[in-house]
Amino acid sequence: MSVAVNESSARATAIATQGLRKSYGEIEVLKGIDFTAREGEVVSILGASGSGKSTFLRCLNLLELPSAGSLDVFGERVKLKKGASDAHIADRKQVDRLRTQVAMVFQNFCLWSHMTVLENLMEAPVHVQGRKKAEVRDEALSILERVGLTHRADAYPAQLSGGQQQRAAIARALVMKPRVLLFDEPTSALDPELVGEVLKVMRDLATEGRTMLIVTHEMAFARDVSNRILFLDQGRIEAQGQPQQLFAGGVNERFDQFVRRFNESAAH
Amino acid sequence: MMDWNFLTDVFQQLLTGLPLTLQLSAMALAVGFALSILVAAAAGSSFRLFRWIGNAHIELFRGTPLLVQIFLIYYGLGQIPGLRQSFLWPFLREPYWCAVLALALNTSAYTAEIIRGALQAVPLGEIEAGRSCGMSGLLLRRRVVWPIAVRQGLAVYGSEVILMLKATSLASIITLTEVTGIAYKLISSSYRVMEVFAVTGALYLTLTFLISLAFSVIESRLNKHLAYRRN
Repeated sequence: MSVAVNESSARATAIATQGLRKSYGEIEVLKGIDFTAREGEVVSILGASGSGKSTFLRCLNLLELPSAGSLDVFGERVKLKKGASDAHIADRKQVDRLRTQVAMVFQNFCLWSHMTVLENLMEAPVHVQGRKKAEVRDEALSILERVGLTHRADAYPAQLSGGQQQRAAIARALVMKPRVLLFDEPTSALDPELVGEVLKVMRDLATEGRTMLIVTHEMAFARDVSNRILFLDQGRIEAQGQPQQLFAGGVNERFDQFVRRFNESAAH
Repeated sequence: MMDWNFLTDVFQQLLTGLPLTLQLSAMALAVGFALSILVAAAAGSSFRLFRWIGNAHIELFRGTPLLVQIFLIYYGLGQIPGLRQSFLWPFLREPYWCAVLALALNTSAYTAEIIRGALQAVPLGEIEAGRSCGMSGLLLRRRVVWPIAVRQGLAVYGSEVILMLKATSLASIITLTEVTGIAYKLISSSYRVMEVFAVTGALYLTLTFLISLAFSVIESRLNKHLAYRRN
C-alpha cells in the first residue's frame, strides 16, 4: 500500500546535483551523480555497502565536500572553491543558512550528550535561527508529543533507549522547521523491536508531504512509503524509478540481484 | 612513645608555610592554564611554524625535570648579559617569580596535552550534528565542543592540579619558605627527620585529598547526564 502523494511535476526543485564526484585519495566513491529531488518527494536511496549512498547524502548538506560537480539547494547554487583534492566551502554563511533548512538524522542519533532531550530540541532554533525561547519551547513540546516522548523531555540521551534517542533526533530535526529532511540509515543501529517505532514516525512525516531523502536498508519501507527509489551501485545511479515498477522486477538486473540477495539474507 | 607535643609543634610551624604553598600553586596554575591554551592552539594550528613552536614547547617542558627548569631560571637567567638591565629583572631576581615561572611553564606543557586529548575525545557525530544544524565557528565550539571537552578533560586536570601542589615543594631549593622549606629548617634544627617528614607528608596529603574531593563534586555536577537510568 503506497502513500498517495500528488505527483505534479510542477513542484519546485528542492535539491539538485550535477556531475557530483567524491574521491578519498585514490578511491573514487561517487562517479558523477546527476540527481534532482522535488519538494514533497520521498526518495529512498538504496544500494550495497560501499555503493556511495551515505557519502552522496552527506554531500547534500556538505558534511562531505565533493571533489567535483555542483550542488543546488532550493534553486541556490552552493558556492564551492576548488582545492587540491576536494572543493572547499567558499561562503560559510550560505552553507550555515542552507543547513538550517536541510535537517539531517544520523544513524547513531548524535544527540548532544550533555543536554536533556528538550534542550537538544531547543538548541539550534534558539542559537542558530534566533527564535524566541518561549515559542521554541512550545513547538518542541508539541513535537515531542507527536513522537511520543513527552515523558522523557527532561531525560538525558544516555538514559534513553535507541528507539527513543532516534525519535528525539527526528524531533530535533523537525523543530528547525526544515524544508528537506535527510535520513542517513536511521534504523540501522537499532534493535529490531525498536525499528518499528521510528519507521512509524517517518511514515507519518511522509504522509504529511514532507520532502525526505532516506538512505535505508528497510526494503518494505522503501517500497511502501517512497515516491521514488534511487539505486546506487559503485558510485553511480544504476536505477531510478517508482517503487512499484522497480520492485516488480525486470527493470534493472543489478537491482533485482540486490533485492534477491537482500531477501536471502533476511530469510536467515 | 609518640611525642605529640613535638608533632603538634611541627604541624603548627609547617602551617606558616601554607599560604606561600597555596599562592605558588594558584599563580602557577592560573598563568600555566592561560599559557596552555595558547600552546594547545599553536600545536593544533594549520600553520606549520605555529605547530612547530607549540610542539617544541611541549617537548621541552615535559621532557626536562622541573628541578632543572627551576635551576636554569633562577641561577641561569641572571647570567644572560642583557637581562639584568631589562624591565624583567626585578621579577626574575626574585625566587618567588622564578618559581612561578618554572611551575607555570611546566604545567602549561602538560595541560596543553590534556586539552588536545579532551578535544579529540569529543564525539565526531555530535560535532557533525551541530554543523548540520547550521552551527559553525565560535557558536559550535561554545555550545557543543568545549562543554563536552571540559567534561572529558576534568578528571585528568584534577591530577595535574594535585601534581602542581606537590611540585611547589621544589621551590624550597631556591630559598622559598613554603611548607617543605620550613620542614628542612626544622630538620636541621631538631635532627628528627622521620617525624618532621611524616607530618609534612600528612599535610600535603590533606591538601591533595581536599583537591580530589573538590574535583569529584564538580565532576558529579557536570556529569549528571551520564547516570544510566532507563525507564
